Amino acid sequence: MRGQANPVRAYGPILLMAAVLGALPLLAASNTLLNAMVLALIIALAAQGWNILGGYGGQFSFGHAAFFGMGAYCTAILQTRFGVNAYIAFAAAVAVGSLVGLAIGYLSFRSGLRGSYFALGTLAFAEVFRILANASAFTGGAAGVLIKLDVRPETFQFASRAVYFWIALGLVTAVMLVNRWIERSRFGAWLVAIRENEDAAKALGVDTFAVKLKAITLSAAITAVSGAFYAQYFLFLDAGIAFGPWISVEALLAPIIGGLGTVFGPVIGALGLHFVSEMTRHVTGRIPGIDLVLYGALLVVMVAFARDGIIGLLMKLRARLAGGRA
Amino acid sequence: MTAGGDVILSVENASRRFGGLLAVDDASMTAGRGRITGLIGPNGAGKTTLFAMISGFIEPTAGRIVFEGADIAALPPHRRAIAGIARTFQIVQPFAGLSVRDNIAVGAHLRRPGREHALARADEVGRLVGLGDKLDDPASDLTVSGRKRLELARALATDPKLLLLDEVLAGLNPSEVRDVVPVIRSIRDTGVTIVMVEHVMQAVMSLCEDIFVLAQGRIIARGGPAEVTRDPKVVEAYLGHGAAARLVAREGADHG
Repeated sequence: MRGQANPVRAYGPILLMAAVLGALPLLAASNTLLNAMVLALIIALAAQGWNILGGYGGQFSFGHAAFFGMGAYCTAILQTRFGVNAYIAFAAAVAVGSLVGLAIGYLSFRSGLRGSYFALGTLAFAEVFRILANASAFTGGAAGVLIKLDVRPETFQFASRAVYFWIALGLVTAVMLVNRWIERSRFGAWLVAIRENEDAAKALGVDTFAVKLKAITLSAAITAVSGAFYAQYFLFLDAGIAFGPWISVEALLAPIIGGLGTVFGPVIGALGLHFVSEMTRHVTGRIPGIDLVLYGALLVVMVAFARDGIIGLLMKLRARLAGGRA
Repeated sequence: MTAGGDVILSVENASRRFGGLLAVDDASMTAGRGRITGLIGPNGAGKTTLFAMISGFIEPTAGRIVFEGADIAALPPHRRAIAGIARTFQIVQPFAGLSVRDNIAVGAHLRRPGREHALARADEVGRLVGLGDKLDDPASDLTVSGRKRLELARALATDPKLLLLDEVLAGLNPSEVRDVVPVIRSIRDTGVTIVMVEHVMQAVMSLCEDIFVLAQGRIIARGGPAEVTRDPKVVEAYLGHGAAARLVAREGADHG
């Protein structure tokens, strides 16, 4: 936040990163690579959503699957059951996702849930949604929902994976810009103050309940975008995919690995994790769940040795280099 | 006293019960606008509880807290801050992960939505309390004295009408106390009303114009510094039952 009074220094690196990544399909257009990148960007989006609430606000959710799944199911069901246009379904899914965030936030924060109690509360919501989606005929039950393949721009379906990649990258970049803007706003300052010390924030006039509600609503909206895009990209989902713990874990792991409460943290974390997990698959072959074992090990290492994530390590390195030169 | 003067805050018959313990028992006090009012009393007297009731962190079980003519006893803390009441914490509560400047800016944001304005105000207040050369340091690097100053700066940055200082001088060495006392006086000189809970008597005597003495949850004395220190009830509260009489007797014997 400090040293970024200059808008070029604040927003420039984000646009630069978008430009570099955006050139990727032009250089190496292998479908496998693009597929992996799109998935990593979807995770990055979910993680960016989580990071607003968890990274900046210090409210650790274990249940962001609730918002991801709500976004995914809404976009799919509105199209398959009600014949709604894909783009309108997408927008509606994000709206529903943020309303669910608002509702869960209202219930949790009004009853004063903090720390691990808040985490468990959100986990419970996600699990309830998963079980309901799995049981209800409306959501397709255990068979899941299949969005009809109909490759036309009007249906938000494209033949080229590069287009999906660019859309995902555009979404991630837009959220990064919003994120940076929040860092430079009063809302951001109050959110971080709540993370650092809620009582002190109250004494300074911060309506902590309102700020946390705004944060969880925005957080849920972004993660719902991720879920809606997932549904649109894979055209299939079931309860385990949409509301399963895997996405809650990925959404919180990426910012922790990348750097909590930073603009680049969730994106670097998500891309890094997926790069590592692809590599291990190449090395170890297909051992089921090996990437989860690796994630666990990485998490232990990061929490023990690099609390501030990859971004924190880079900052330390830069400080050391600058110190060496001086 | 403040009789006839403009009263900005009045606590009227406030009580607070914690289970079987009556921490504050029917206490009434006032603060005159633009003055420094002290709240003193032995450990466990209920000073911090009374303070928390004024700032909104604890709700009174009975009584009224009237600020600028309105009963605020039911308002949450942030609404009271908006109304113009700021407090410091006895146990300092810095935003440890933030720089000194960003800490103060959180307070400044209350009446300054723009980031640049809040940061500029933070620099100004930081210099006023003597943290001018530490604005870029992480708050966690500050010494005890620095953290006390930071508490003061953050509260001040909200542009309060009434500033509640909960033992800002505790834990400071005598030379640090000498540095902070003029800062408090200069805050009062800008028109801010101050109510302070304090154990450092030398500072209380030199700063406070009105003093209320709390013992076992009750206000047992009120008046100017000289008046209060001569009050036998106050001496007894601090030194034990019968102490005042013994002191008088000893003085009499010494002179005899």
